[in-house]
Amino acid sequence: MASGAEPMGFYTDTTVCIGCKACEVACKEWNQLPATEGGAHEMSGDSYDNTRRLDGIHWRHVKFIEQFSEDRSDGRWLMMSDVCKHCVNAPCLEVCPTGAIIRTEFDTVVIQSDTCNGCRACIGACPFGVIGINDVSNVAQKCTLCYDRLQAGMEPACSQACPTDSIRFGPIRELKQMAEARVTQLHQLGEKRAHLYGADEKFLGGLNSFYLLVDQPEVYGLPRSPKMPTRNLIPSSLWSTAGAALLALLGMVGLRKRRMDERAAEADTDV
Amino acid sequence: MAECHPVAFRWPMKAKTENGAKLIHIDPRFTRTSAMCDIYAPARAGSDIAFLGGLINYVLNSERWNSDPFFREYVVNYTNAATIIRKDFRDAEDLNGVFSGLMEYQNKAGWPYDGFVGTYQTDSWQYSSHGEEQGEPRGGEESSSPGRTQAQGKTGKKQSFESVIRSLLKPPPERDETLKNPRCVLQVVKRHFSRYTPEMVEQVTGCPRETFLKVAETVLANSGRDRTTGWVYAVGWTQHTNGPQVIGCCALLQLLLGNMGRPGGGIMALRGHASIQGSTDVPTLYHSIHGYMPAMSALKDHQTLRDYLATEGVPTGVWGGMPKYLVSYLKSMYGSAATPDNDFGYDWHPKISGDHSHMPMFVAMADKRVKGMICVGQNPATSLNSALERQGMRNLEWLVVKDNFLTESATYWHRAPEVERGEIKPEDIPTEVFFFPSAQVAETEGSFTNTQRMLQWHFKAADPPGQCRSDLWFTHQLALRLKSLYAESNLPRDEGFKKLVWEFDPDPIRTAFPLPGTSSIAGEPDAQKVLREINGYRTGLPDQHLAGYDELKDDGSTTCASWIYCGVFPAPGQNLAAVRIASPPEARGALLTWGWTWPANRRVIYNRASADPAGRPWSERKKWIWWDPSQKKWMGHDVPDFPVTKPPDAPAKPGAIGLDALSGKDPFILKADGVGWLFNPAGLLDGPLPTHYEPIESPVRNALYRQQASPVLKYWNHEGNPLAPVQDPRFPYVITTYRLTEHYLAGAMSRWNPWLTELMPELFIELSPELAQEKGIHNTDWVRISTPRAEIRAKALVTRRLRPFRMGGKVVHQVGMPWHWGWEGVVTGDVVNTLSSLVGDPNVSIHEGKAFVCNVEKA
Repeated sequence: MASGAEPMGFYTDTTVCIGCKACEVACKEWNQLPATEGGAHEMSGDSYDNTRRLDGIHWRHVKFIEQFSEDRSDGRWLMMSDVCKHCVNAPCLEVCPTGAIIRTEFDTVVIQSDTCNGCRACIGACPFGVIGINDVSNVAQKCTLCYDRLQAGMEPACSQACPTDSIRFGPIRELKQMAEARVTQLHQLGEKRAHLYGADEKFLGGLNSFYLLVDQPEVYGLPRSPKMPTRNLIPSSLWSTAGAALLALLGMVGLRKRRMDERAAEADTDV
Repeated sequence: MAECHPVAFRWPMKAKTENGAKLIHIDPRFTRTSAMCDIYAPARAGSDIAFLGGLINYVLNSERWNSDPFFREYVVNYTNAATIIRKDFRDAEDLNGVFSGLMEYQNKAGWPYDGFVGTYQTDSWQYSSHGEEQGEPRGGEESSSPGRTQAQGKTGKKQSFESVIRSLLKPPPERDETLKNPRCVLQVVKRHFSRYTPEMVEQVTGCPRETFLKVAETVLANSGRDRTTGWVYAVGWTQHTNGPQVIGCCALLQLLLGNMGRPGGGIMALRGHASIQGSTDVPTLYHSIHGYMPAMSALKDHQTLRDYLATEGVPTGVWGGMPKYLVSYLKSMYGSAATPDNDFGYDWHPKISGDHSHMPMFVAMADKRVKGMICVGQNPATSLNSALERQGMRNLEWLVVKDNFLTESATYWHRAPEVERGEIKPEDIPTEVFFFPSAQVAETEGSFTNTQRMLQWHFKAADPPGQCRSDLWFTHQLALRLKSLYAESNLPRDEGFKKLVWEFDPDPIRTAFPLPGTSSIAGEPDAQKVLREINGYRTGLPDQHLAGYDELKDDGSTTCASWIYCGVFPAPGQNLAAVRIASPPEARGALLTWGWTWPANRRVIYNRASADPAGRPWSERKKWIWWDPSQKKWMGHDVPDFPVTKPPDAPAKPGAIGLDALSGKDPFILKADGVGWLFNPAGLLDGPLPTHYEPIESPVRNALYRQQASPVLKYWNHEGNPLAPVQDPRFPYVITTYRLTEHYLAGAMSRWNPWLTELMPELFIELSPELAQEKGIHNTDWVRISTPRAEIRAKALVTRRLRPFRMGGKVVHQVGMPWHWGWEGVVTGDVVNTLSSLVGDPNVSIHEGKAFVCNVEKA
């Protein structure tokens, strides 16, 4: 991160998302991303969600969650615009073998298409399932947090298009204050379930795209406690060490046997 | 609103999150709007008046409304609550659901295709006045009923226009300010709605009683001196056989609650898309000319200009100026050829000869009575009862389609379902179809008028590609060519076309050097010249623009196409619609320098009502316009909708016309008596009070009256337009149709865009799990939907957002379908409008696309 610059990101208040998908379209228009099957695929039958996931051609995705009791006395229709979390400790960045994934001066995470070799390591590493191969470019792609627009002093296309300010863009510090105030307001209004997801450093060092949710993260398809791939480093290195020791032992045994055999053979020829 | 007007929904969401506003949604389905609201009230499609009537009854009987002096002061002074209605008036309560004066409509065979099934003689609905029981309505926006009779005889040709208007003055109506007289409007209203109880609301609408009461309590608690409630509606309220009565019912409620003419109050029609508001202000409607003056009609006493004024004129209030508005309009049409001697060319102006709106025109087409059609930005091949409409289109000699893409209306002759099925052969269709590719909005210059009556100018971002042209270009070039074709004609009927002034070509300097943001396409007219014509100028001096409609004259010295827009362009170079000066974020006020709002840049119309009768703000919180006694004028955050120096205690001048006839406390200046109408003595053809009628097709009997549906609705009896009888077991389910955020109307602007189609690729039908289980239908199964008109297929979207309505022990299922699809475009699907019928409201001939019946089967 360049000195002096401030970390920038998204705060998504899901309670004011109206599911209009303007963010999805604005993202595709700015980034010139193709539509699924030319836009003529089958409907999913899962509420109003027909794009289904984040991947190489969907960098924004609005989720629809219908929660209605059988007699309709209780009912909610949750909507949430999902996007790359721009993790402070980004797993994708960590596993990328070519160095194509970088952290920008805005503390965002960007895949550089020209140095990506399409190895898919980042796809497996991302705990949120954000990244996919774009079939047009054949490289891994995801939200860039409109790096090109940010460099030109503009806000990202999605947040600018959002009519209800469900997606807010700005310095993380300010976004957190705004989000905390909204949580307090919702608690006062009786919505006790309101909480922030990814606004603190509990996992992945914090998310530079964090959310205000009114239900468990799993309800929105978010992992409760996403982990870095390096979390496996110590246990797996122990196994590796043990394995190496075992191999060395076997090797030594093998060598010794060979020497013994050779010696025996030598003795035979001497006879 | 979140579904279909997501950008405008920004403001309710801001009100909710920043100011703690409560949002309520009343809708047959749980939509994206419902998801955002504090209260969601489900109501069966077609039961809106029962719901609103229930609110009126609740308010009138509530302790607060009867004890808070605010309500009484507002209602007595600012509405016609105290006015006495004639003795011979009979309410729907007395006559099993119809009002006094119902008659059979004498429908002549064939033309005109009015479609009336009945008609009202409205004499008994009038105000009672001393010594004149047979009085005419002191009407405001007069009805345009072809059958309306007139008491006035022919007036002398030499009479001045003012004296014609003055001769229409009536004695003032009787009043009872104690509101105790059983014939006063408030008592009539009370009796009319007395059976609209919460229990009745539940039985008719299916809305649980507790939910309804929660809505009622919230609305009442949020109205009064310190608070206002606003209502927002869209076509869910209008597309019924009694749509204007639904809106009227809400207006009645809002007047009772003191929510009109005040900030945060009112009733807002969501009609901003594609300048729908603008297209009624400067109308593309058949029954009105610019500024809501009724169209000249061959069926009414409109023989001469004075006859027209005597028939349509209203002497008191703003409409008292009608001769000025009309003469200035005729000067705009016919220029120097329009003189006092020839009644300013009145005889050249076309007259209507019946209902020329959408539905009757297509019935006439199906009967081979229409020769050609120019279809701009509309897709009738997928419109109401579309199989019948396409039958009409196959009878045309010629058809012009001007649109973005080859829409269904451009390809119906070789790609429609009936052609695909082999029932129709393209070679048997005589129609010659012309297609004109259209420019997009960003490629043209012009204004949009939004639902707040605000004009906002937009400039061109780029010229259109290839041969795509703007609607302005098309209309201009068509007019110029027609004028040259008529130039040699000696027929009297062509005189109007020959005299029509059409001078919108850009100045030569602008053709050579177009300004940035204006078109550089050859033949494109100067859009600002069109705006100048609408705004008005001193006759013969086009550089001397008019600054407001009070400058208009009835002697021909002013030229103005649309009086309500007068002032938008007050001087050359001062296009106020293009002004974009935002007020500071915390500034309280009407943002008067952002665009321009008709009339006279007033943001809240009838804003005199924002102050009490003495001219003081009702409260500090709701301060908007008030009388400043030291300066002796009206002050405030908005442009006063009132003569600015007229004191609150100024009495009405006896015998005066125009605004002088109103007192200093009459806010509703477009109404002849200056007050809001709880009871409508004139203006509506289907009753002076809103009354619950079932849709023409309904699975239930009207629980409130013996009269099932509106006795005066419009129906076009045609073999292609059969209806299901009430409670038809073949069609047991209510169906409602609607739009989705992801698509736009008939699809010409969305179904060709893969970024939008991937969001909603296929046509679907929403139905509840309860109905789905009954019919053995699973999510995404193919389903057959049928009505007496047609059968189509769609995929099932089974969701608890739809619910069975329990109404008086009976369960009524309702399904919903978006109607964006057709056979052209990136994504295709069956045409939902094929299911609907040609049946409409008597006032404005809008169809009933929001509530009819169908059957659903697994395909």
